[in-house]
Amino acid sequence: MPDPQTTPLDALHRELGARMVDFAGWSMPVQYPTGILKEHVWTRTRASLFDVSHMGQIRMPGADAAAAIESLVPADIQALKPGRARYTQFTTLDGGIIDDLIVTATDDGLYLVVNAGGRDTDLAHLREHLPGREIELLADRALLALQGPAAVNVLARLAPEVAGLRFMSSIELEAAGLELRISRLGYTGEDGFEVSVAAGHAVELARTLLAAEEVQPAGLGARDSLRLEAGLCLYGHDIDRTTSPIEADLAWTVQKRRRAEGGFPGAERILAELRDGPARRLVGIRPEGRAPAREGAAILDGSGQAIGKVTSGGFGPTVDGPVAMGYVAGAAAEPGTPLQLEVRGRKLPARVEALPFVPHRYHR
Amino acid sequence: MARYYTKEHEWLDVTGDVATVGITDHAQEQLGDVVFVELPKAGTTVAKGAEVAVVESVKAASDIYAPASGKVVEANTALEDTPAGVNEDAEGAAWFFKLELSDKSELDGLMDADAYAAFLETIA
Repeated sequence: MPDPQTTPLDALHRELGARMVDFAGWSMPVQYPTGILKEHVWTRTRASLFDVSHMGQIRMPGADAAAAIESLVPADIQALKPGRARYTQFTTLDGGIIDDLIVTATDDGLYLVVNAGGRDTDLAHLREHLPGREIELLADRALLALQGPAAVNVLARLAPEVAGLRFMSSIELEAAGLELRISRLGYTGEDGFEVSVAAGHAVELARTLLAAEEVQPAGLGARDSLRLEAGLCLYGHDIDRTTSPIEADLAWTVQKRRRAEGGFPGAERILAELRDGPARRLVGIRPEGRAPAREGAAILDGSGQAIGKVTSGGFGPTVDGPVAMGYVAGAAAEPGTPLQLEVRGRKLPARVEALPFVPHRYHR
Repeated sequence: MARYYTKEHEWLDVTGDVATVGITDHAQEQLGDVVFVELPKAGTTVAKGAEVAVVESVKAASDIYAPASGKVVEANTALEDTPAGVNEDAEGAAWFFKLELSDKSELDGLMDADAYAAFLETIA
């Protein structure tokens, strides 16, 4: 294995006492000395700073970039006004998911943020299917996420304009002498922002944000428990090339015009599943006891028949109990349906629960 | 009473034929916030090296292996309600279970406090 890549904040993480792990080829902080539980709760009550510079930031200029990318994703991108963003997926020809991403319309085209683990594949995919188009990996940009109810007040001290941004909106501005792209979105279920900054100024911006009394650093561990409570999919776990967006309960990401027109990879399967319902569906699952069910645990129906597998599972600090997501046969997807989870050879009672486990608190 | 340590980061306090077993402070620190502990039932017979308990942090589940063979005579059921106790007092109040040893010679291969401290240096 080659040495993992490091983000511009690597030395800062170490200075802050982070425990570093390899994640998708990157050396990333999984937690700081306070620990995942406290970082999680802090994010839900104040604001946490996450380094998400491992994610791929891609610039795709051109007035026709929106129309072009629609040949690869099932979302209505042409409807996005400059400064608006949408969650979507690169789909395979048979309706699976290559990666999930955020597409933002900019004044000169599109700005994409893709998963760290998918960036190389995604770039190759874009270049193969959109030949001749300028597709630039913004390798000299860091990405910081400031998430939590206090995030807006902290960031507004640097850039008052952010207070007026709505959820899934994005602006470019100059603040504290830095050229920033600030988007009001995130991966925690809380109000918050992702800030794209030149790699050379990332530490300076991170220190400025951390200096606010409302802000603490948080790592990948808390990011995972926060997104799981928020019912947000993690690529490679809850979604992959074998799962369709409809199975993953992401039908809301396929807008009306695309449903009518199709014209994206896997449209045949995706439109059929929209019409007839998918054979299986990703659902929230609440184990009844205290024992967490982890990824891979078998899901059984009331009669003990195996009907699926847990794709994400762990302890939800805000829920104060175990939470999981997994695929179940369509008939068992209704909230309240009793299930059993096989954990270490034992069958633990559980129930389908509507996602998210913790209500989203976006600024709409 | 003698205290022994294992390379799997467990400690054993041995009084007569009974060993009180827990995980070390180093282990709880590595695990992070403990949210669930699964303990063996009293009366369970275990062989040295067998999976005997499970400790789960927010992030992951970790197996606890029997540091010696014997019969479980008591489990610290208080941990089932307050698993975070493992983070607060791993080498004291948060013991996991008591084991009636079937072969005390199995203790010979274990470390004392100084040897365990030296062992931690080698894996740091």
